[in-house]
Amino acid sequence: MNSEASTLEVIPVTEEKPLIAGNPTFASITQKIAEIAEQKTPKAWWIAIAISSSILFMMIILIGWLVWEGIGTWGVNIPVGWGWAIVNFVWWVGIGHAGTLISAILFLFRQKWRTSINRFAEAMTLFAVICALVFPGIHVGRIWVAYWMVPVPNQMSVWPNFRSPLLWDFFAVATYFTVSLLFWYTGLIPDLALMRDRAKSKVRKIVLGIFSLGWRGGNRQWKNYEMAYLLLAGLSTPLVLSVHSVVSTDFATSVIPGWHSTIFPPYFVAGAIFSGFALVMTLAIIARKIYGLEDFITIHHLEKMNKIMLATGMMVGYSYGCEYFISWYSGNQYEEFTFINRAFGPYAWAYWTMISCNVLVPQIFWFKKLRTSIPVMFIASLLINVGMWFERFVIIVSSLSADFLPSSWDYYTPTLVDVGIFIGSFGLFFTFFLIFLRFVPMIAISEVKGVLPQADPHYYHGNGKGGQTAAAGQIAGGGQS
Amino acid sequence: MNGEPKKTTLILADFENPAKLLSAAEKMRDAGYKKFDCHSPFPIHGMDEAMGLKRSPLGWIVGVVAFFALGAGFTLEWWTSVIAYPLVIAGKPFFSYQAYGPVAFAIMVLTSAFVALFGMLALNKLPMLYHKIFDSKLSAKISNDGFVLSVTADDPQFDAEGTKEFLKEIGGQDLEEV
Repeated sequence: MNSEASTLEVIPVTEEKPLIAGNPTFASITQKIAEIAEQKTPKAWWIAIAISSSILFMMIILIGWLVWEGIGTWGVNIPVGWGWAIVNFVWWVGIGHAGTLISAILFLFRQKWRTSINRFAEAMTLFAVICALVFPGIHVGRIWVAYWMVPVPNQMSVWPNFRSPLLWDFFAVATYFTVSLLFWYTGLIPDLALMRDRAKSKVRKIVLGIFSLGWRGGNRQWKNYEMAYLLLAGLSTPLVLSVHSVVSTDFATSVIPGWHSTIFPPYFVAGAIFSGFALVMTLAIIARKIYGLEDFITIHHLEKMNKIMLATGMMVGYSYGCEYFISWYSGNQYEEFTFINRAFGPYAWAYWTMISCNVLVPQIFWFKKLRTSIPVMFIASLLINVGMWFERFVIIVSSLSADFLPSSWDYYTPTLVDVGIFIGSFGLFFTFFLIFLRFVPMIAISEVKGVLPQADPHYYHGNGKGGQTAAAGQIAGGGQS
Repeated sequence: MNGEPKKTTLILADFENPAKLLSAAEKMRDAGYKKFDCHSPFPIHGMDEAMGLKRSPLGWIVGVVAFFALGAGFTLEWWTSVIAYPLVIAGKPFFSYQAYGPVAFAIMVLTSAFVALFGMLALNKLPMLYHKIFDSKLSAKISNDGFVLSVTADDPQFDAEGTKEFLKEIGGQDLEEV
């Protein structure tokens, strides 16, 4: 029924500002979000997808060329055997961390503001991880035998080497993608049922009917659903922290100076969340503007995300400092040289780009005026992702290019194929993202309704609207299932 | 369809808001109804107690599966690297259990996540693309802003007229039979 709109400035008891502005009703939320995916395809969408799919097509051509001709089409050399491909892999996987952090960790911490951003942040995660998986996939050289990483019986009776971090990586990232997809789909079921109930055409009704699996919204279903959601959040939480830790072991278990470090797992995880939030911010600012979602993604949501970026940015900055301290404190001349070489050697330009974007830029978020200014945070979010790309570049390339033996040192320069495939990965990302925006509710409608003040039975207690007190009194002690 | 006497299998009633649905659920429970459900666009806190439902068993199911998946992961790693194809790599022992952690963990999380989703679907008897409730007008409203109570005819307390009377009494509106 049309529950009365909340006309309160603050919610009683908690005295917080309502999460969703504009005094929405349940029906107004449905209308606002669902119609984005139901309206006639806007012209701008066609233009955008034409551009992104052309870029994707270029990537496919270049990958074809790479497979045909070999890894020599890239700028990798000896000693820099890992070039842009691995930089891009780590960067995209890192970006993928924000979605699951928002959907799982913030869920367990009961951060209700997450409901406005979790759906598209999770979608961003899925697409970023797809982009990430492309790079090691094409880097293996003979990509037609990439399935050797899967432990399946084969004619050679050989099994994967489970002691190798590169194999852990395969398992970690593949699991991460699959679990994120399952989690995302679980969250979608009630919203797909809503879209089904609103569908006008028969085809739409059937397709949405199949994907919503016959969801009826009864509490006997919600009971199991909420438990599944909680379990998926519980499973995803250690997973988020483990994935980038495992990625970091690709480096940390090696003996290369600048890689062989125990700080890598937490350092990588903090960096991943940092860059992931930056991309969520970039996309959120664009989406709320285009689709008029200012009431859903309010300035308070953006401010909270900026605070998370400030915190994780500080952790990243601390890690940079700590690496320098340890390289000096260890007394190891190779380590010492590597870090001096990073800051003042041939890749100093990349190093200082990284420091400026990742350490200096987030400091502006100390000031409320700046962290609530949309143009400022938009530019900052872009700079942070530039900085995080350079972080991976610095770690990978500067460490490899000057290792133990000066006679083997070499400078690394990417080729046009490197650059083209990296740009192409944006085509891949945005093509998926545009398809998502077009067909799926981009905000978790059911979850947003659940955090409205009028969704809580207590709201009607003493408000002259509910007229029942027994239930409210009872559930106060009951909490949730 | 045509001509046959329509047999009521489901009675639905609409309620104004989550609080009214919650209190109606309690009254249904206290009146001894067992086979009724409370439909809403989002889960309502306290509804499980109000309806007298037990906690979902999914946690136990996933917990047990997670335990065995972890064991299966370790076993796979041990068997392939110690029994099936022992290979000396960097002089490390074949049974390097420390290094088996990440993959066993990934297998555990992956399996458990599948069981969490598909176990939830199985407990909810989904996918069920057709249900009697979809014949009602009220059902289309649920996902938007409907707070609907449904009672099935096989409930021991069920009595078409009496149940309708009771639903009206506890605040139900727009009663519908399908």
